[in-house]
Amino acid sequence: MTTEPLPEHPDFLWRNPDPRPSYDVVIVGAGGHGLATAYYLAKNHGITNVAVLEKGWLAGGNMARNTTIIRSNYLLDESAAIYEHALGLWERLPEELDYDFLFSQRGVLNLAHTLQDVRESVRRVNANRLNGVDADWLDPDEVAKVCPILNVSPDTRYPVLGGTFQPRAGIAKHDHVAWALARRADEMGVDLIQGCEVTGFLKDGDRVVGVETNRGRINAGRVGLAAAGHSSVLAEKAGIRLPVQSHPLQALVSELHEPVHPTVVMSNHVHVYVSQAHKGELVMGAGVDTYNGYGQRGSFHVIEHQMAAAVELFPVFARAHVLRTWGGIVDVTPDASPIIGATPVENLYVNCGWGTGGFKATPAAGWTFAHTIATGEPHSLGAPFALERFTTGALIDEHGAAAVAH
Amino acid sequence: MLLITCPWCGPRDETEYHYGGQAHVPYPENTADLDDRQWAEYVFYRDNPKGPFAERWMHGHGCRRWFNALRDTVTYEVLATYRPDEPRPDLAAPAAGGER
Repeated sequence: MTTEPLPEHPDFLWRNPDPRPSYDVVIVGAGGHGLATAYYLAKNHGITNVAVLEKGWLAGGNMARNTTIIRSNYLLDESAAIYEHALGLWERLPEELDYDFLFSQRGVLNLAHTLQDVRESVRRVNANRLNGVDADWLDPDEVAKVCPILNVSPDTRYPVLGGTFQPRAGIAKHDHVAWALARRADEMGVDLIQGCEVTGFLKDGDRVVGVETNRGRINAGRVGLAAAGHSSVLAEKAGIRLPVQSHPLQALVSELHEPVHPTVVMSNHVHVYVSQAHKGELVMGAGVDTYNGYGQRGSFHVIEHQMAAAVELFPVFARAHVLRTWGGIVDVTPDASPIIGATPVENLYVNCGWGTGGFKATPAAGWTFAHTIATGEPHSLGAPFALERFTTGALIDEHGAAAVAH
Repeated sequence: MLLITCPWCGPRDETEYHYGGQAHVPYPENTADLDDRQWAEYVFYRDNPKGPFAERWMHGHGCRRWFNALRDTVTYEVLATYRPDEPRPDLAAPAAGGER
């Protein structure tokens, strides 16, 4: 067996322009969501006089720091709808963007270790099917057929009692996704401006008319925030409070191995999620650190717990070495669901609060956010995720759906 | 791992504690007069600063008491810990015997 070689990049990916004095739309944050928003603003709405501002380098935040898992097996109707829309877009993006970002539909197994896990899982499978999301309940023998290296023995501390399986789920090469979107957005005229930090907002009364940056003032008809963990820091500069809390979420990879792990395995209960990257690293994640933080690093005890869980589930990993750990900053809302839409400041829109689940949503976040910015109206898929839900009480409580404690 | 000083038990590893979010969030007065927006503020909106943050911790594996900490959310340095009945310390004038 050999690992799959990575695709060659095109020679030319994007220009590196200086900011112009004025744009129709300024997007803050050139991560996956910001880039997808710019791409769909141009493609779906013909709005190409757009700048995407990035304080660091393109896709160097959470886009470079996630575990690349893509799935849509969420419980509630609103979540299933938007994540399934994302999955549908993922399925056609490699061809549409003419860029092989190694989207691999190898399936995702969510394991159940307790009777309550089993009941919750079967309920989610039924809910998924009612929403047109592919899902199966597998008993331990069927789980072992999908992933032969999993230990499904009844003699472990938390035996595998079964699992849900979404065959269309999988992983993608995250950096390449960003570069693919960036190249197309750039081709359509979008200015991608790195090293450009937003330091303030220009307002005319209650209306935003531009941004202050370390590279000067930039006027904008509309401004969209897509800054993930730093959304509330940015919003505060515009005088808005957001109901999000920023937490470090860390992940790690092993040294390279021969292909041994054919799918993605997630366990909420013993708390680890594992896939094998195309190059051969085992990619693992667990929960967020409980405390607020912006330090882009996580606690050691979280790694200790996830490794213990991984070795129990995958005895074959016992002698694998950790190569690298890293942390991203996720913005968590009270109902573990994103915020997409208008803010109290006119012409200022926000896409944030994706918590630990932003990567999988990238195309749908861009699709719905672009619609909202272009039309001033919520997209039907994004409407339930408006900021107002914290006032009306119409929460979309997806705690648990992320398979991550947050 | 963070080393956090419980005001009653002394310095202990982070794993002995439970995190409780922002400190000094008072229950609103005149609750009958609050509108939905004000209730949302109290229930769902918390500060999320990049820098010093006054927050609640509970020493679950020790005295099981709640206390407050002033911690930098970028460096993760615990600048001070103090009992719930004590005011937020003034960082410009650190108290004698403080954590630093």
